[in-house]
Amino acid sequence: MALLNTREKLAILSDAAKYDASCASSGAEKRDSRKTGGIGSTEGMGICHSYAPDGRCISLLKILLTNFCIYDCSYCINRSSSNVRRARFTVDEVVKLTVAFYKRNYIEGLFLSSGVIRSPDETMAELVEVARRLREQENFGGYIHLKTIPECSQDLLDAAGRYADRLSINVELPTDEGVKKLAPEKRPETIRLSMAALRSKIEEKSEPTLRTKRRQRFATGGQSTQMIVGADATPDAGILQTSARLYGSYRLRRVYYSAFSPIPDASSSLPLKKPPLMREHRLYQADWLMRFYGFAQDEILDGRPDGMLDLEIDPKLAWALRHRAIFPVDVNRADRETLLRVPGLGAKVVARILETRWHRRLRLEDIGRLCHSLAKVRPFITAEGWSPGGLTDQPALREKIVSSCEQLSLF
Amino acid sequence: MQNALLDLSAHTVHLAGETDFASWRDAARRLALGGVRPEEVAWVVSGDGSPHPSPSSSGLSRGSIHAERLAAVANSRDKPEDDGRNAGPQLTVPREFVKRAEIVVCHNDPERFALLYRMLWRMRAEPALLKIASDPDVRRFEALEKAVGRDIHKMRAFVRFRKIGDGDDERYVAWFEPEHFIVERNAPFFVRRFTGMRWSILTPHLCAHWDTADLTFTPGADKRDAPAEDAAEELWQTYYQNIFNPARLKTKAMQKEMPKKYWRNLPEAPLIPRLVAGADAAAREMIEKMPTAPAPHHAKVQAKHWPTPREPAPSDDGAGARSIAELRKAAESCRRCPLWRDATQTVFGEGPEDATVVFVGEQPGDQEDLAGKPFVGPAGKVFDAVLDEAGVDRRKTYVTNAVKHFKFEPRGKRRIHSKPNAGEIQACRWWLDKELALTKPSLVVALGATAAQSLLGKAVPITKMRGQMIEREDGLRIFLTIHPSFILRIREAADKEAERERFLQDMLAVKKLMAT
Repeated sequence: MALLNTREKLAILSDAAKYDASCASSGAEKRDSRKTGGIGSTEGMGICHSYAPDGRCISLLKILLTNFCIYDCSYCINRSSSNVRRARFTVDEVVKLTVAFYKRNYIEGLFLSSGVIRSPDETMAELVEVARRLREQENFGGYIHLKTIPECSQDLLDAAGRYADRLSINVELPTDEGVKKLAPEKRPETIRLSMAALRSKIEEKSEPTLRTKRRQRFATGGQSTQMIVGADATPDAGILQTSARLYGSYRLRRVYYSAFSPIPDASSSLPLKKPPLMREHRLYQADWLMRFYGFAQDEILDGRPDGMLDLEIDPKLAWALRHRAIFPVDVNRADRETLLRVPGLGAKVVARILETRWHRRLRLEDIGRLCHSLAKVRPFITAEGWSPGGLTDQPALREKIVSSCEQLSLF
Repeated sequence: MQNALLDLSAHTVHLAGETDFASWRDAARRLALGGVRPEEVAWVVSGDGSPHPSPSSSGLSRGSIHAERLAAVANSRDKPEDDGRNAGPQLTVPREFVKRAEIVVCHNDPERFALLYRMLWRMRAEPALLKIASDPDVRRFEALEKAVGRDIHKMRAFVRFRKIGDGDDERYVAWFEPEHFIVERNAPFFVRRFTGMRWSILTPHLCAHWDTADLTFTPGADKRDAPAEDAAEELWQTYYQNIFNPARLKTKAMQKEMPKKYWRNLPEAPLIPRLVAGADAAAREMIEKMPTAPAPHHAKVQAKHWPTPREPAPSDDGAGARSIAELRKAAESCRRCPLWRDATQTVFGEGPEDATVVFVGEQPGDQEDLAGKPFVGPAGKVFDAVLDEAGVDRRKTYVTNAVKHFKFEPRGKRRIHSKPNAGEIQACRWWLDKELALTKPSLVVALGATAAQSLLGKAVPITKMRGQMIEREDGLRIFLTIHPSFILRIREAADKEAERERFLQDMLAVKKLMAT
C-alpha cells in the first residue's frame, strides 16, 4: 500500500466516522485557558462551527484513529470484510490536526473513535495517548470525547476519564439479539458492564475527595451511547424501552438514534434503502417526551398495537388525539405537568405561561405570541375568551391539524 | 399643553457610540426622574459610531444629553448622582432589566434606545413588566435580545482565523461581518478560548486584538486587511466534504443554522453547491452498489482473532457445578426468566463455601446491579452495621438473594425497584437451592417476604412471624426476619430507630442459633 499523506488519511478516516451521530460538545465542566495560558475553553453550551449539507452540525473533529478493524459488524463500513480503503493516523498526526483546526476556530474539540486493531487494550491505549498529549503537552482545554472500547481494562478507562470530557460506548442495536445477529463478535453483556462501570466511576469522582475536598476530573460531560435504527426489525416501542432502560440504569446524558444509512460496499444482510430520517426524527421527539415532558415510555405508544410512532404527526400530538378526554386544558389554571401534555406547547413556552399568568390572565392570542403556531394548540386548550367547543372531539381533528401544519413538509 | 404637543422631541440625547450603554443609562435615569415622557425624547448616536466609547466613561462628558434641557430636568432634582443610590427620589428597576438591556443595546435597530426608555418608563408603574411575556414591548425587547444573542453565538461559531508568520511571529487573523454591534461584548470569549495565541478579529465596525496579555480595540477595517489564505483550509475542506453523508441531504436544516449571509467568510462554504448537486447520485450509488466479496484480509483476521466459531455456547444450567465459583459462572448467562434483559448482570451470592449461616435477601438493587455484588447499596450498609453490632462474624456468612437479577421500572434517571413475582422467584430458586446444597449451612436467614417465599415455597406474613425459626421438611432451619431496606423506608426517626433495634435483636438471636 502506498504511503498516504495526512490529507488522504483525513479523507478516509473522517468518511469512516460520519455514521456516528453524536457531535455534542456541551455539558462539560466550565473551564478556559486564562490560567493555563494555553488554548481551549468549554462554557457549558457547545458551539456548532459549521453545518454540512445533511443538516448536521459540525462541532468536533470527528475521526477514527484507524479504520482497520478485527470486528465484522455488518452495518459498519469499517467491518473487517469491507473493501473500503484503510488508513491509520499516528498519535502525532491527530494531535497536530486537532490543534491546527482548533486554533483556526473550526472546531470545539475532538471526537476520537477507532476500529479495533490487535486488541481492545492496545487500541484504547492509543486513544488515551492522543487525549493525554493534547492535555499535557499541548495545554489543550477544548472538548474531548473518546469512544470507549468496551473490553478495555479498568486502568485505561480511568485514564480516559481523566483526560476526556465525555466517554461513550455504543450499544449499536436496540436488542441483544440484534447485536448477536449483526455484530457477532460484540458482546452486549460486556457493553452493559462497561456502561455500569462508567456510571459508578463518574458518580464516585463527582463527590469531593475527603482529603483535598476537591472533585477529581472524570468525564464531566458524562456518557452517551448510540443505537442504529432500521437495521433490524425492532419496533419503536422496543427502541424506546431500551432507551428508558439505558437512561435509568447508566444515567446517560444522551441516547443517539442513527437512522441506518446505506454504506458503500454494504453487507447483503441489510436493508439497502434510504435512511429512515423521519423515523429517526420521531424517535428523538419521543426521547424528549420521556426526558423533559414527564411521559413514561409505555405512555408514548399506548394504543398503537404495531408499536410504531406515527410518521405523519409528532408523538405528543398523537398521544393527545388518543387521550382527548383530558382536554381541553385551561392555560390559566392547569399545572405544569398538564400543560406539558398540550401539543404545540414546549417546555420553554410552558415556563413562560406559568410566569406570565401570575400577572395577567392569558387569552388565546397571548398563547399565539408565545408559541410557534396555534394550529396544534387551539383544540386542546381553553383560555380567557376562548373555548374550543366541539373542536376537541371532532373526528376529523387530526386531518385538520395536519393540513394546517406546514412544518411537516419540511422533511 | 399646546406647547408640549407641538414639541414631541423636546429632549435629544446624544450617545457617543452604538453601544454606549453607560450614557443611555445615565440619561434615562435622569429623564425618568424628571418625568420626561418617552415620546418626548429622541436618541441619537453621534458621529459614525467609532471609535467606540470606552465603557468606563459615561454621563454627560461623553454621552451628553442636550445640555439646557437636561439642566432643567436635573435642577428639579438633587445633583447628578454616581449611581442613583444617594439621590433623593429613586428609580428602581430590576437588576435583570439592566443586564438584559446591555445586550439589547448591541442590536443595530435605531429604535432600541427608545424602546428601552419606554420600558424603563413603564416599569415605574408596572414593576413586573418583564414577566409579562405577551406584552408587545416585552416581546420586541426579547426579540432584539435574542437576535443579539444569536449573532454573538454565530460569531463564536463562524469566525475563521488564518495564520500568518511562524514561531515568535505567529499570529491569527480573522475577518468577520457581524450583523449587530457585538465585537466588544464578544471579545472576552475569544480571550478565554485563545489565551495562548496572538490574534485579531477584524470587522467593518470595530476590530479586537489580543497579544496574550492585553485586549485592545481599533476602528473598523476592510476585508483586504485580513490574510487571503491559509494552508490548513485545504485540510478543513477535506474534512467538511468527507464528514457529509450524501444519503441524508437536508439543505434547509443546514441553512437554518448557517444562513447564507455567513457563507462568504467561511472557507468550507464554496464546496456546498457541488456537494448538494452530487448528493443524490452519490447516495444512489451507495444503495445500488452490489455487495462485493469480502476483503482479502478478512479471512486472515477472522482466523487470527476469532478462531472458534461463535455459535451460542450450550447454556450451562449449573447442574454439574461442584463449587460456588462454577455455579456463579453458570448463572452469568441465566435465561430462566426474562429479568436478565433489563438488568446489567447476574448478581450471585458471595461468601465462604463452608459458611455456617446463609443470608437470603430479595433481589439486587441499583447499586448491586452495577457492582455485581450483593448487599453493597444503602440496605447493605444497614445490614453490615447491624451484623457488626450483633457480633456476627461476617467470615462465616454467605450472602445471597432469592432473585439474582434487578427488577425495576425506569423513571427518568432513576430505577424504581419492583417486586419480583412468583414466577420469577420460582425460576431463580434453581440457583438458591444449588447454593444451599453446596454451602450446607446450619442456618438460613430469610430477609423479608420474598426470601421467605422462595425458601418455604409459599408466602408467609413476615411482620407477624419475624424472629421465629421454622424447620423445613428437609431439616433446614429457616430464621425469619424483615429485609433491612424496610428500615430505610420508615420516615419517622423514632420508629426507624425502634425497627432497627428489633432487627438487631433478630441478629443477636441469629448469632445464638449459629452456635447451636
